[in-house]
Amino acid sequence: MNSIHDMGGMHGFGAISPETDEPVFHAPWEGRMMALYRAVGFLRFWTIDAGRAAIERLPPAIYLRASYYEKWLMGLEASLERAGLVGADEIAAGRALRPGEAPVRPMTVEDAAHLQRGNFERPATAPARFRPGSRIRTVNLNPSTHTRLPRYARDKQGVVEAVRGCHVFPDTAAIDAGENPQWLYTVVFSGRELWGPQADPTVSVSIEAFEPYLVAA
Amino acid sequence: MGDEHGHQHEHPDHSQLTEVQARVRALETILTEKGYVDPAALDHIVDAFQTKIGPRNGARLVARAWNDTRFKARLLANATDAANSMGFSSPVGAHLIAVENTIQTHNLVVCTLCSCYPWEVLGLPPVWYKSAPYRSRAVIEPRAVLAEFGVDLPVGTRVRVWDSTAETRFMVVPMRPSGTQGWSEERLATLVTRDSMIGTGTVNPP
Repeated sequence: MNSIHDMGGMHGFGAISPETDEPVFHAPWEGRMMALYRAVGFLRFWTIDAGRAAIERLPPAIYLRASYYEKWLMGLEASLERAGLVGADEIAAGRALRPGEAPVRPMTVEDAAHLQRGNFERPATAPARFRPGSRIRTVNLNPSTHTRLPRYARDKQGVVEAVRGCHVFPDTAAIDAGENPQWLYTVVFSGRELWGPQADPTVSVSIEAFEPYLVAA
Repeated sequence: MGDEHGHQHEHPDHSQLTEVQARVRALETILTEKGYVDPAALDHIVDAFQTKIGPRNGARLVARAWNDTRFKARLLANATDAANSMGFSSPVGAHLIAVENTIQTHNLVVCTLCSCYPWEVLGLPPVWYKSAPYRSRAVIEPRAVLAEFGVDLPVGTRVRVWDSTAETRFMVVPMRPSGTQGWSEERLATLVTRDSMIGTGTVNPP
């Protein structure tokens, strides 16, 4: 999806403003929001990729105005409504108007104490087409749905640096089209390939690229 | 909530606080009433990120690597295993990758598409890491970004930017500063900053 979330290389956002002694959360609601997001994610009603896609579908002006955890809130509300788990009427009312439909086991304190990020590696169904040193070109694709190939790295020549295993493919997992595992590579591009002849010759940029994003060059 | 209103003015990133606060509270109520979440589990997660999970975990990894060449080799070969050997309260699920800064190459980590970050070893990302200025600029003008953070690299040093576009997560192993020979791991760890493990900082000599 070619939306505002895909920011690599854009101009105009100004200076970076690091905050001295930044607290973990700027207000208690940020912590609650982070925990809610993880606790609902634990129920696996949707994939991590579908969760990201819900945030990417926020209108660009809203996306830019919202803080990080505000985006999580809007993304979570949208995902819950889309999955039919919470109604818009309930969000408006601020309380449940119907009992939960899906029988679920919510995350317990014990689960929370042993929480770890998921492992997205899957058994390979075919040999990897590329290896370290392979020269590749990224494809030019512009799906209206979720993808992890940023715009700045489309139709660019690069070199495979590492093979990271076979992983859940976000482009299909985000749209309920299955895990469809694909080989994942670290692919390096020169700054000049990405940004043109004026670019700093000492800069290179890598992305983590799934095999369907690559063709041999 | 006086302090939070103060933040509202200082940091436009945290706008409309009270309305958002009410919406988050409402969502927690709805999800609890429906049996989808247990507020006690939420308490636990919030507390863990405030008290146990943070950049000191990453700093311990870096300090051990500086003092133990075998551990360093292990960290650079498989950071997931190396981190999990430390007994942190936040096990690394998978695919943590550590990249080493040298005189020749300076590494910088970003997530241009969202805000992917190695939570287990660095904690939650700072606001600037998740901001549009950092996400947009790190890949196109990393030296200008580094200069804003006060990192002035030699002209001959290559800059390598890692865009975290998959479920792999990256942390930087900064260069060990001079004047720290014979230091213990614990003492070294106090020098290692969060930013030095993102690549927007270096570790200063004591």
